[in-house]
Amino acid sequence: MDDPERVRARLEETGYLVDEGLAVTCFLALRLHRPLFCEGDAGVGKTALAAALAEALGAPLIRLQCHEGIDASQALYDWDFPRQLLHLRAAEAAGVTDAERLESELYDRRFLIARPLLRALQTQPSVLLVDEIDRADDEFEAFLLELLSEHSVTIPELGTLRAEEPPVAVLTSNRTREVHDALKRRCLYHWFDHPSFARELAIVRRRLPRVSARLAEQVTALVQALRGADLIKPPGVAETLDWAEALDALGANELDADLALATLGSVLKYREDTERARGLDITAVLAARGG
Amino acid sequence: MLLGFVRALRAAGVEASTERLHAFLRAVAALRPGVRADVFWAGRATLCGGHDDLERYERVFAAYFGSAGERAPRPARAAAPSRLRLVARKAPVVAGMPGDGEPQGPPAAVLAGSAEVLRHRDVATLDAAERAQLRCLLAAFALEGQARRSARRRPARRGEVDPRRTVRELLRRGGEPARLRRHARVERPRRVVLLVDVSGSMAPYADALLRFAHAAVRAGRTEAFTIGTRLTRVTRELSHRDPDVAMAAVAAAVPDWRGGTRLGELVREFLNRWGQRGMARGAIVVLLSDGWERGDPELLGRQMRRLHALAHQVIWANPRKARPGYAPLAAGMAAALPSVDAFVEGHSLAALERLAAVVRGADAGAERVTGAGRAAGPDPVRGAERA
Repeated sequence: MDDPERVRARLEETGYLVDEGLAVTCFLALRLHRPLFCEGDAGVGKTALAAALAEALGAPLIRLQCHEGIDASQALYDWDFPRQLLHLRAAEAAGVTDAERLESELYDRRFLIARPLLRALQTQPSVLLVDEIDRADDEFEAFLLELLSEHSVTIPELGTLRAEEPPVAVLTSNRTREVHDALKRRCLYHWFDHPSFARELAIVRRRLPRVSARLAEQVTALVQALRGADLIKPPGVAETLDWAEALDALGANELDADLALATLGSVLKYREDTERARGLDITAVLAARGG
Repeated sequence: MLLGFVRALRAAGVEASTERLHAFLRAVAALRPGVRADVFWAGRATLCGGHDDLERYERVFAAYFGSAGERAPRPARAAAPSRLRLVARKAPVVAGMPGDGEPQGPPAAVLAGSAEVLRHRDVATLDAAERAQLRCLLAAFALEGQARRSARRRPARRGEVDPRRTVRELLRRGGEPARLRRHARVERPRRVVLLVDVSGSMAPYADALLRFAHAAVRAGRTEAFTIGTRLTRVTRELSHRDPDVAMAAVAAAVPDWRGGTRLGELVREFLNRWGQRGMARGAIVVLLSDGWERGDPELLGRQMRRLHALAHQVIWANPRKARPGYAPLAAGMAAALPSVDAFVEGHSLAALERLAAVVRGADAGAERVTGAGRAAGPDPVRGAERA
């Protein structure tokens, strides 16, 4: 993938449509071996980008879901203590007396449990997704710094492990808190907006080819209208796809106001939002779009 | 030319460090030479550090590389992400070329809506002795939330058995029985979120309250916002060590000093943009306001219920509460009270000390609060005010 246009084409083959900006940013991430820091509302395709990149590169996707209190032993590596103990017992039973050898065997690679970050360094090539980094504590960000800029990890018993080909790293954040600048400035930054009508329609058509053209258009138009309606949680592309899929499962070929209201639960997840949506003139939105 | 562009960007308030500059140059070198859009996106990905930077970046880029013929590619913004940006787009944008000489502050600082009374307030007008005294006293504050248990554990004398360390100890002794190692959950203070009202009716207090917020932000896990006619996040501005520098940064960032108050809408905006996503979850949210609501009090009541459902504790500090004969009759205050866990005063240093004690949890605070303050725990106050 040696220019942004090629990156865009490869991603589109996987069904993930990117605009020019994201294509350039992804290209730079691959070329400069820099992590990609993705911010934006929920459901706009941040996580899906990592999956699409993995598919386009033919590399496994290794995912680390962050949460409060996540630490090195959950993210990086751990020693398999039960197996180490078993090994000791077995050696004892076999009458092994060479203590030094026994000890060095204990910290053998086979007792090392690789968690996602170490696995990503060991797998080449690979795409590493660090999902919702804003949920982890800020100490954890500091811990990621070495890994993301040096592509190496130090395990006291084994020494430093370095990836020959660094993994493609994608970090996502929903902006529940400000991520530290030290981490951000080692990454490429991309802000995900909600897509335009044409792009979103193209995404629906691409991802759900079974859905009729008319239904896809109506669903997209309605979701776009809902996004302008000042909701607590404006629907993302993920919700558009869910809705279209749900309507298709119901055997619908086109949408009317009654059906839309009956299936709003696929799109809106707050009672207040549903009430507000009921106040919208759905028929007018549908009529305006190729009615 | 690229260096000049980065300089113009810095003048516009984007903190593009040397490291980012290097990344930018490397990125441009990796791309198709001379393609304007490539340069645009490379710069956006390497020089910007957050959503707030993007608008400034687009503006400076258009000004620096000219918008003749092809315009800077601009992603369609379907939904308005925030009210703040909507207003900002309506406002006249200064279309000066960089190098005109005037160092531009953040764009929000030069904006003025028609119906709003937006004025900059020079925080340096405080008399010097008073300021020094206040600084001394406020610097002593550390607004720490009550402890909450986190998922993390650390070695401890008592607590649950820590299998990992116990086994490691066993291994070290070659399988001989060893002492059980234990660990306990780490306790961390809860996040504190301050919403400071800077509208006209709060003018006599805003300065002191913001200095209070400064001390709190400096001490740790505290987020600060100003509310008035807009919601502005000022945590970053307040994190500067020197209070005067921090206050100047806030003065530059907050566009709505002494305007009106639209508490309901702004609490809703806070919840939609920050609170719902996690900032208010399990946090201690403190509103510092007199509760004068120009908008719909019912909206405020609804949003306060939402806030109350998300937050661990909602505290309202009202400077007017100390006045003799005060009753929460202002429509906004009355609508908000049912969703408030503690209703305290906020007019003086002593009141702020008491507020800090309530935030810390009444027990922990009791030692630092004098006799009068002890009576002002959350419950009795709340009961009295409700009556």
